[in-house]
Amino acid sequence: MTQTTTNPEHVEPQRSVLRHSLGFIRHHIREYGILFALIAIMAFFQIATGGILLKPVNLTNLILQNSYIIIMAIGMLLVIVAGHIDLSVGSVLGFVGALAAVMIVHWGVNYWVAGIICLGVGAVIGMLQGFWIAYYKIPSFIVTLAGMLVFKGLTLWLLAGQSVGPFPAKFQLIASGFIPDPLGGDGMNLFSFVLGVAVAAILLLMAVRTRRHQARSGVADEPFAFFAIKNALIFTALVYMSWLMADFRGLPNVFIVMALLIAVYSFIASRTTVGRRIYAIGGNEKAARLSGINSARLTFFTFANMGMLAALAGLVFAARLNTATPKAGLAFELDVIAAVFIGGASMSGGVGTIVGAVVGAFIMGVMNNGMSILGIGIDWQQVIKGLVLLAAVIFDVMSKKKG
Amino acid sequence: MATILEMRGITKEFPGVKALDTVNLSVEEGEIHALVGENGAGKSTLMKVLSGVYPHGSYSGDIVYDGEVQAFRNIADSERQGIIIIHQELALVPLLSIAENIFLGNERAERGIIDWRETNRRATELLARVGLAERPETRVDDIGLGKQQLVEIAKALSKNVRLLILDEPTSSLNETDSEKLLELLMEFRRKGITSILISHKLNEISKVADTITVLRDGSAVSRLDCSSGISEGDIIRDMVGRSLEDRYPPRAPEIGGVILEVRDWTVHHPIHADRKVVDGVSFNVRRGEVLGFAGLMGAGRTELAMSLFGRSWGRDISGQALIDGAPADLSTVRRAVNAGLAYATEDRKTYGLVLDDTIRRNVPLANLEAIADTMVVDRHKEAEVAERYRKRLAIKCSSIEQETVNLSGGNQQKVVLAKWLFADPDILILDEPTRGIDVGAKFEIYTVIRDLAMAGKAIIVISSEMPELLGITDRICVMNEGRLVGEMATAEASQERIMSTIIRSTGDRR
Repeated sequence: MTQTTTNPEHVEPQRSVLRHSLGFIRHHIREYGILFALIAIMAFFQIATGGILLKPVNLTNLILQNSYIIIMAIGMLLVIVAGHIDLSVGSVLGFVGALAAVMIVHWGVNYWVAGIICLGVGAVIGMLQGFWIAYYKIPSFIVTLAGMLVFKGLTLWLLAGQSVGPFPAKFQLIASGFIPDPLGGDGMNLFSFVLGVAVAAILLLMAVRTRRHQARSGVADEPFAFFAIKNALIFTALVYMSWLMADFRGLPNVFIVMALLIAVYSFIASRTTVGRRIYAIGGNEKAARLSGINSARLTFFTFANMGMLAALAGLVFAARLNTATPKAGLAFELDVIAAVFIGGASMSGGVGTIVGAVVGAFIMGVMNNGMSILGIGIDWQQVIKGLVLLAAVIFDVMSKKKG
Repeated sequence: MATILEMRGITKEFPGVKALDTVNLSVEEGEIHALVGENGAGKSTLMKVLSGVYPHGSYSGDIVYDGEVQAFRNIADSERQGIIIIHQELALVPLLSIAENIFLGNERAERGIIDWRETNRRATELLARVGLAERPETRVDDIGLGKQQLVEIAKALSKNVRLLILDEPTSSLNETDSEKLLELLMEFRRKGITSILISHKLNEISKVADTITVLRDGSAVSRLDCSSGISEGDIIRDMVGRSLEDRYPPRAPEIGGVILEVRDWTVHHPIHADRKVVDGVSFNVRRGEVLGFAGLMGAGRTELAMSLFGRSWGRDISGQALIDGAPADLSTVRRAVNAGLAYATEDRKTYGLVLDDTIRRNVPLANLEAIADTMVVDRHKEAEVAERYRKRLAIKCSSIEQETVNLSGGNQQKVVLAKWLFADPDILILDEPTRGIDVGAKFEIYTVIRDLAMAGKAIIVISSEMPELLGITDRICVMNEGRLVGEMATAEASQERIMSTIIRSTGDRR
């Protein structure tokens, strides 16, 4: 039976290269599509705002503004891939910010200690919710909807309806500080630039290495032109952006945190057994369970992790506003979830990438930022963002049907 | 007899594959026309072309029905002409009544308001025609699969069917229900309704079909007239393009010591806790042995296997399992796998595969540690493993990067098998390993089973196809109503002996 499979590549090498490329695009249109969408949106706003979008100060701002959404989107991606949803993250963010404020400002707790306690509290909140979802099979929508109400209420109670602040200057550095420059660049943060270039170079090197490995074991199916263009683009973009930011005040601390989280979680999601199993339970929980995968425990940890990341985002957000307010985190969960879906995750679980979710968050962020610069009112901003979310998912479904 | 349907030179291409290559199919009015072929031969595709699932223009060739060239744009178009297709997976809404299902989308209504009296009256009539003695108000999930199949047919009749297409109608039915369905088809023939029957069960086909068209690799390779006496061997030869001298590979078992011993295993139903689904079953299996489990559907065989495999089914499980004479901890799937057990499910889509994932990602799923270096998956090793099993089991696919949802049933089954072979168990439980797959792929799976047994593994095969059990096992356990009611060496077993063991034990308990 195997002999009957003909190999068209030997018949018409010329045409098959083209067909192979086209087939590759069709198959991976989602992954490239999202990246091109981000580039197109950035290009559009860069022109429409007369170059303001990519000004060093604005670029830095863009990252600071979206850091907490991105941090939560990383956790949410895992939750959604596992086949669940977490509606409580906005409230948890607000609650943890309030807790930090009360501890640091009212009780005078050292901010390091307070920060660690807050992360712990976030993880415990995640565990409490994950416990019911994983071990009692209560739908995550319900459990986290309850969590959303509970923690919104607890935030109000904790702050007694007042804003609490300001934080000590050192705590604020989480969100507003920049990495120092030991290289002593003149008029720019040279260390930041070097760091940016180094990271870009490492990424390029890793891509080349993987490619070589794939070629050796004969599984490389990305056409070389694609590989080259994609990586050249990523490399240039990283170098250019670190140049821009170095020109302002350097890389923000939050950026480093974010970059580390993205790297670590990307690795976990795509390369580790734990990541593989999360995708499997999202894709087919019964099959995963019968393959010896402890789906309850993984679900539990996924929510614990989400809680911790929401807490981290809460600290960043509080530090950025320099105050904890009862309204902090309102409706953030919707932005986070939208970012994950724009980034290509599937509502039914099992599909999605960390990088996709981050790019999705940036698409939302760039649109927010660009439209604000253009002076578009909040009303139309909402409408446009909603339509973009819808369009992204429609595109997703359509491209899946064709593939 | 006039020709009711003629499909001429139908060619249908998917990206990269020619699913149908100038296929001709001609069906006489009032006959039962069987369509056979291996999985992936193009039977379902051809029927989808006919019923308008693939609209006119997406294929080349002509459909001549009733003497006119047809251009169906969708299913509604073909149904209007009396062409009704009943798919293998039934399309009934379980929570609605029989009558509601029959008239779903075609409600007996006036100005949008349903006339319930008329609905139930017509439904009763239709149910009588298909010989189903159920009230039209009964909910569909309260009746068995065989009866649900009849509801589907009643639904087809309500649409004034002239050409009825049945895709594997008996694949999930027991003998009695299958028999009934076939009789109904013969009755339809007397009334002038034409049927196209897609089936893997050659004994059924030779019983009812007037004409057989055999498809192979997207082409119609032969058209056999049954009035001149056709043997199953002829059909098989045309299907696989070679004659299968023997449907089962020859074996020379070398049976060793007992590896798994199960004593007094009892399992209760997960919802109705007072019901014993498996009742005091004791058995053992030896190294190098293939042990068969025979029984009717609902005999408790799957439940026995799944409850042994990490308590994946049921509650209040009691009994003892010993591996190599020592009590084994099988309390979770992980522990059962570590103890050397594997269970390949009968329901590969629900329990076997992550369908949206590739072959590469499915194969190592039960044994990720083996391709990982302290939690980090080695993707190259993973690809090697998947590639190795693709070759070893001859999985037909474009590459290991193909998503399993796009594989044919037999190849999906092979991926499930690959997953468990890679986990390297000592005891492998295969639940209906060849359900719904074609003759050629069956033979390949039998060969794998034989080779595993020769390598010293213990294999337990649960199967509802008795010839299969007789062909590949060394010993057969017979289960009925949750109990083990018989055990015999395969050499001394026959279909009659197994059946009579089952029948004699039926109703003993109550």
